[in-house]
Amino acid sequence: MVYRKQVEIKGQKYWYLFHTVRHGEKYLKKSKYIGKELPENINEIEKEFLDEVKMGKQEVSKEIRELAESLHPYERKVLPFLKDNKSLREIVKASKMKEIEVMRALQWLENKNIISIKKELKEIISLGKNGKDYLEKGMPEKRFLKAIDGTTHIEKIRQKAGLEKDEVNVCLGILRKKAAIEIKEGMNIKITEQGKKLLQKPSFEELFLKQLPIESKNLTQEQKYAFNELKKRKDIIKTDIVTERTVELKEIYDDLIKAKVSFKNIIDELSPEIIKNESWKNKSFRRYDIKINVPSISGGRRHFVNEAVQYIKRVWLEMGFKEMKGPLLQTSFWNFDALFTAQDHPAREMQDTFFIKNPEKGKLPDKKIVEGVKNVHENGFKTGSLGWRYKWSPEIAMKNVLRTHTTVLSARTIAALKKEDLPAKFFTVGKCFRNETVDWSHLFELCQVEGIVIDPEVNFKNLVGYLTEFYKKLGYPKVRIRPAYFPYTEMSAEVDVFHPVRKEWIELGGSGIFRPEVVKPLLGVEVPVLAWGLGMERAISMYYNISDIRDLYRNDLKQSREIKTWLK
Amino acid sequence: MPTITLDKKDVFNLVGKQVPDDRLKDRISMLGTDLEKVDDFEITVEVFPNRPDLLSEEGFARALSSFIGVKTGLRKYDVKKSDLNVKIENSVEDVRPVIRCAVLKNVNLTDEAIKSLMQLQEKIHLTHGRKRKKVAIGVHDFDRVKFPLTYKAVKPNEVSFVPLGMEEEMNLSHILSRHPKGRDYAFCLEGLEKYPIIIDSKNDVVSFPPIINGIVTQVREETKNLFIDVTGTDVNAVTQALNILVASLSDRGAEIYSLNVSGVVSPDLSPRRMNIDLVYVNKLLGLNLNQKEFEELLSRMGLGYDEEVLIPAYRGDIIHPVDIVEAVAIAYGFENFNPEIPNLATIAEEDSFEKFKTKIANIFVGMGMIETNTYHITNKENINKKMNLELKCVELSNALTTDYNVLRSWIIPSLIDILKNNRNREFPQKIFEMGICFKENKDKETGVEEFTRLAVLISHTKANFTEIKQVLDYLFRALDLNYEIENTEHSSFIKGRVGRVIVNDKKLAYIGEISPEVITNWELEMPVAALELNLTELFSLIN
Repeated sequence: MVYRKQVEIKGQKYWYLFHTVRHGEKYLKKSKYIGKELPENINEIEKEFLDEVKMGKQEVSKEIRELAESLHPYERKVLPFLKDNKSLREIVKASKMKEIEVMRALQWLENKNIISIKKELKEIISLGKNGKDYLEKGMPEKRFLKAIDGTTHIEKIRQKAGLEKDEVNVCLGILRKKAAIEIKEGMNIKITEQGKKLLQKPSFEELFLKQLPIESKNLTQEQKYAFNELKKRKDIIKTDIVTERTVELKEIYDDLIKAKVSFKNIIDELSPEIIKNESWKNKSFRRYDIKINVPSISGGRRHFVNEAVQYIKRVWLEMGFKEMKGPLLQTSFWNFDALFTAQDHPAREMQDTFFIKNPEKGKLPDKKIVEGVKNVHENGFKTGSLGWRYKWSPEIAMKNVLRTHTTVLSARTIAALKKEDLPAKFFTVGKCFRNETVDWSHLFELCQVEGIVIDPEVNFKNLVGYLTEFYKKLGYPKVRIRPAYFPYTEMSAEVDVFHPVRKEWIELGGSGIFRPEVVKPLLGVEVPVLAWGLGMERAISMYYNISDIRDLYRNDLKQSREIKTWLK
Repeated sequence: MPTITLDKKDVFNLVGKQVPDDRLKDRISMLGTDLEKVDDFEITVEVFPNRPDLLSEEGFARALSSFIGVKTGLRKYDVKKSDLNVKIENSVEDVRPVIRCAVLKNVNLTDEAIKSLMQLQEKIHLTHGRKRKKVAIGVHDFDRVKFPLTYKAVKPNEVSFVPLGMEEEMNLSHILSRHPKGRDYAFCLEGLEKYPIIIDSKNDVVSFPPIINGIVTQVREETKNLFIDVTGTDVNAVTQALNILVASLSDRGAEIYSLNVSGVVSPDLSPRRMNIDLVYVNKLLGLNLNQKEFEELLSRMGLGYDEEVLIPAYRGDIIHPVDIVEAVAIAYGFENFNPEIPNLATIAEEDSFEKFKTKIANIFVGMGMIETNTYHITNKENINKKMNLELKCVELSNALTTDYNVLRSWIIPSLIDILKNNRNREFPQKIFEMGICFKENKDKETGVEEFTRLAVLISHTKANFTEIKQVLDYLFRALDLNYEIENTEHSSFIKGRVGRVIVNDKKLAYIGEISPEVITNWELEMPVAALELNLTELFSLIN
């Protein structure tokens, strides 16, 4: 028996439903919380409660209950019809659901292993274009017969029956074969007794059309006859190979049905209303298949190269470096001469460097710096160097170029420093330019990370120290340096990192200690300056598994949306 | 950098020892040459441009042999004096002023020796000699040279001779226009009224440097003694080239004889001396070498020591004590310098404009936009013609292709190009970029002003002015700035749907819907709304 009772809890009264049954020696009592007030549909709730209690007695397993709770409304709706209906068409008809709903429900039920769907190729006969027309208006031969009034001229019959000329010819053939008409002189047509009989009942063909679609395998004798007759005629029927789905029930299906889980207490979607009226209490939520794939979304993104650059900048900032900035377009003076690169050095030739047509030349800086640089090229200035020993030309130094390395910013930074600014550490990450033909491993715009450390006490081991620390933070703990040559550094070292997957050394950039010929004319004193200019594209490509360097700047939006984020 | 291919067996013979491949590869990289390949017969290396002395089997073997400790220390080269003379006439002063010569006797011209000599000559011409303009080498059969020689400059039509590779006499200008070597190297003599020649005592032309030798002194199979002339524009480069050649031939057993070249004894293979303080070496390298260790390391690099460092005559690249420090570092082994980070207290500082850019980027990413990254170099058609514009832009003088030959003056064209390449990608497409643009400005050092612009494009079936203005609005709200929009005309945009954005009386941006003509020029079919803003100016307004 179910009875209602108010229970007092902390001074408040609440309605509860109770149910007690005797179970052997014991009484089993179950309760259900209702609320402060009795709702209008209390009778309904009582009935549900009773159902629940009864169901409880049947001891529905946890597995079945959870399975039932996971059913989508479509699945719940289609479930009872599966016992008696096997084909998709039948199920749609019986359940009065949309075909797409049934299809999805069946698919999900199959995923849950409640049913299996057998797919079978079948030859299905269905109405052709004319067939649909004839089903509505009647077969042409019937219409032809109906239009005969005793003896009638063929043209009159055609008009009355609304037939095309070729249809008339077909009718004549069929009706004569069936001895339903006689053709009199002057194409006057007379209906026979046989003809009148035919008019009284539907032909096999007509019956057949009404039964379509039908599987060709299952034809009766009469249907076969009609099929063969109609097949000869234009566009009345067609046969298609279709995949027919039929449902096979698994054992658990019966358990599920027997369990008679009430779906009334399952909430499909949480809504503000449900939260407000607290109707979710004592109900369960439909269990979702949380492993199911969901449609992908994409959001706003920084360019992945810029993400990497941000990280690289942070690495230097964390080591106490100050950022340098400067123009991409520079005079040769800063790009080459200040860096002790002789004016006839091959790097300054047309094929390596982008020169500017207009304006071709720029201005030289402060006279003192120009004099120092000129002298250091010609005779070594006050550095103890022999210099390059040639006549230095200010005209060549004025030529504008797109900077070929970020080292130009280091030169400018040193020129702007005073002795009391030391020690100093600077870095920049920026573009530089090489006049190269673009291919999978070459670009004409490159990203370089540049750094300098200026202090009287720094030495070659410190250079190795900074480089090792930097590459460690990029994911390459093994760094090695090899002798190299740059006009503006001595020592000059190529930096290699060991690629842990490829198991090989990979060359990533140049480094060294600036020559006194570079430092003295710019800074005024001779101080060791550790310096490096490291190409970034290779390291960035390796991180993103990009093998064609051009893909870094292709700006394919699919790539931008899908590429992993820089995770260092 | 020149790549040379060396005969492995010949190198080992000259080194005086076989070296297993693994060790060979490792040592070559650490010696200061870029290893390309080692196989059973050949060693291929890239030689840095400061070490032309390594461009032959002899020079390479000499350095390697010292480095691995087989034959260390300064090599001594004996030069015997001859009474031969080469006279330099003043006429070459403005033409090709420098000539240095040497005689080598009892040269064993084996196949290996000839191959090596030819490769050395060719590579020195190419790099050290700047395609013969700075330095050119002539090799002759000494026994057929009739001394004394004269080096002088003559008018192009004044002198004729039979050059190598030809059968008849040609005058100098004919050689430049018709002889294959003449055509290749005529640029070296461009603009000169007179050309340099070396003539012998019979007035026969021995050489027309830097183009071709005369046939009279051609080296033959039976040649045992060589005369070498090196001419050029730079006395140091010429001398170094000669010394390298002479040392290489001497390494194969030839005897060196000097000549009197207008008062200069040539060649002179005595070592140069350079003073260096061991304290300086140790400080720069972070090492603690004693004198003995220092001298030992020098000897591994073929350098000597006698109160000062002795530098062999073929090492012209050592011009400052710091070059000796590097030699010591290489001998010590770059791989043996342990990483050490010094205790240098400096304050980190990010550039304030870069910080600003990061904030701007965050605002746009927050609006669901994708940042792009395009090149600064583009072409006129993209920034002008396809955009319905005619603007002056900064042009490159030596671009390799017409696709990339000007510096961009604005960014929207680069972004429209991205839309074009993404026609089959998912819409809506909302992209932005911050990048440097270029404009002529006489006040700037290079005559070009650089400033950073921000461009935003929105493209989908219903992209319009409202949407792009919402973006602008959101940006300025985030920056706490007021702005006005005034009507304007811009031929890239639809009339009546384009405005200039003004902040504090400064015109900062264009905003509008891109004209269908421009959209069609780019082979696009979707509406595009766009914004382009001068970020450099905006930043200066905020600060």
